[in-house]
Amino acid sequence: MSHDYRPMWSDLGLDLDAHDALLDVLGKGYADIFLSQTNRPKGMEYFDFVMSEVHGLRIKELLDEKEQGRKIIGSYCVFVPEEIALAANATLIGLCSGAEFATEQVEQYLPRNTCALIKSSFGFKLGKVCPYLESADMIVGENTCDGKKKAYEILDDLVENLYVMDIPQVKSTQGRALLKAEYYRFKEAVEQLTGVSVTLESLKKGIEIVNNKRKAVHRLAKLRAASPAPISGLDALLANQVFFYDNPERFTASVNAICDELEERIQAENGVVTKSAPRVLLSGCPMAVPNWKLPWIIESSGAVIVGEESCVGERGTRNVIDDSGSTIDELMDALVDRYFKVDCAIFTPNKERLNHIEEMAKDYKADGVIHYGLQFCQPYLIESIPVEKALDKKEIPTLRIETDYSMEDVGQLKTRVEAFIEQLK
Amino acid sequence: MRFAGIDIGSRSIEVVVTENEKIVEYRQSDTGYNPLEHARKTLQGLTFDHLLATGYGRNLIEIEFDSPTVTEIKAYARGAKALYPQTSTILDIGGQDCKVISLYESGKIRKFEMNDRCAAGTGKFLEIMASTLGYPIEEFGAGALNFSNEITINSMCTVFAESEVISLISKGENRNDIAMALHKSVARRAISMLKRLGTNGSLFFAGGVANNGCMKELISNELELEVFIPEKPQLVGAYGASLLAQESYQ
Ligand code: SF4
Ligand code: SF4
Repeated sequence: MSHDYRPMWSDLGLDLDAHDALLDVLGKGYADIFLSQTNRPKGMEYFDFVMSEVHGLRIKELLDEKEQGRKIIGSYCVFVPEEIALAANATLIGLCSGAEFATEQVEQYLPRNTCALIKSSFGFKLGKVCPYLESADMIVGENTCDGKKKAYEILDDLVENLYVMDIPQVKSTQGRALLKAEYYRFKEAVEQLTGVSVTLESLKKGIEIVNNKRKAVHRLAKLRAASPAPISGLDALLANQVFFYDNPERFTASVNAICDELEERIQAENGVVTKSAPRVLLSGCPMAVPNWKLPWIIESSGAVIVGEESCVGERGTRNVIDDSGSTIDELMDALVDRYFKVDCAIFTPNKERLNHIEEMAKDYKADGVIHYGLQFCQPYLIESIPVEKALDKKEIPTLRIETDYSMEDVGQLKTRVEAFIEQLK
Repeated sequence: MRFAGIDIGSRSIEVVVTENEKIVEYRQSDTGYNPLEHARKTLQGLTFDHLLATGYGRNLIEIEFDSPTVTEIKAYARGAKALYPQTSTILDIGGQDCKVISLYESGKIRKFEMNDRCAAGTGKFLEIMASTLGYPIEEFGAGALNFSNEITINSMCTVFAESEVISLISKGENRNDIAMALHKSVARRAISMLKRLGTNGSLFFAGGVANNGCMKELISNELELEVFIPEKPQLVGAYGASLLAQESYQ
């Protein structure tokens, strides 16, 4: 904080004024939304620190890694395997895309009715405000939804180092074979980038590091089943967001430290809300930093979020990889098995996601589900209707919210969410 | 003991004071550009023991008068349940929004939907169109019911609908026919919301637009519903809030 990072940002080619403006909004939003919460676990201080240094110290660390010969890879989707990056001496960072930026410039490249997430990823590039994007040696796009697929064609002209990964859309034998072939192709591309070959040991090590990170968030998720909830949904979401760009080992240790603390809290029945506070499961599109609007509305209306069925959440982090294989190919197979279970709405059919929502609602003792769809996101908006119907059959109240990153609809959303919470009481 | 409910909408403020669940006093005023000031004035001189606020501006009251709040969804559901116990569906078309609430038999809320993003399909839309056609708002519905030819208005958007109306006028179309077409376009929106949530024989119709006979007829004919309209349909939210004030006190 006291350190002057401006020379570093300027070396990265950031637009310093625009970047100041972004940090200002981010800092204010963070203070209003996170720091104003009461009775937070002590361990959240680590995440407060990470957030305060999100464009500072962490970037410096990455640049230091680069100096020592490591490469940085940026990704937009949980299908890009971090294990492979780590095994070939690269660091994988999730690029966030959670805020509106440089909208006018973005609309010179993308139609207005593109989802906010895609627009935001362009805004960060065009507005020159994301130091992660600018430090990346390789940016990985993936053929998931139509919006992203087509947007990468355009992004390719805006960045020099875009790599596009193909992703199957059906969970079939052929689909699995495609994913495996694409992961091998990615492995080779990373090896070429870093000049380091993936070995059995390095892949095992990569898997172990990421497995541990996932196990730590699984542990956190389970603890939220307790009543009263020992941690707010906002704080747990933050941990899931930081998952994407922190140093993996340090992240794992920090999440485990919070879990130790939460276990004590649960013992003492010390919650962030009372036992009677309605419990909500959030399900739907990913929520990247600093997209905290809906969770903030929900929790400031007296409910507590007990789980996120989201790629920034359990859909993205569920399942670990079997690391018992004794050849690279066996490990690659295990890796494909794990990723192939991600039930993103770009898959058809996608019954697994519905089952998972029901399972989560039950496991985390949710009183209701709020389905969050970004405007113009066809995959999730279309799935939201069958989700609502299925939950209705199980008598789980559901609210479908369609929104974007702007603050214009906060009043309307608040009324809907509050009415839904009254319904749960 | 007297209980007051205040409903601060984006266009109007309603206050109801009840004693033993009966309305003993009520007031209405415009929200204006300073809702808190107007709310204060509307409450001035009324005597009551407990207050509960609802509507868009409920949080202003919460802070100023230290009163509990509920959303308008809950307030309307409560008011409707008291006035017409057999209902399971509530339609409210107010000045600036339109909502449908579906209830369980117990009176608990099952589902709700709101259109509060634009004026289309609300009382505001009808007001603007009535004035474009030169009707006083109270006579707009009756005028529409006197239509003779069926025409359609395609635009849902207030701005485009208005220019469509102007071009119909200049084509020499009968004003009652245009009025009917406009009512149908508002009714269509409400009907599609009602269909999505499902109805069950009867409907409780609240909000200022419920006073419009043409709207009532269009909706009840299309959905084959028995439509019940309370005496003062604008007061349902404030009335519900006053009942909830009593319940939250007890
Ligand atoms: S929602 Fe689908 S496309 Fe988006 S990050 Fe998740 S898996 Fe990738
Ligand atoms: S939110 Fe929906 S439309 Fe946007 S990138 Fe993700 S899947 Fe595609």
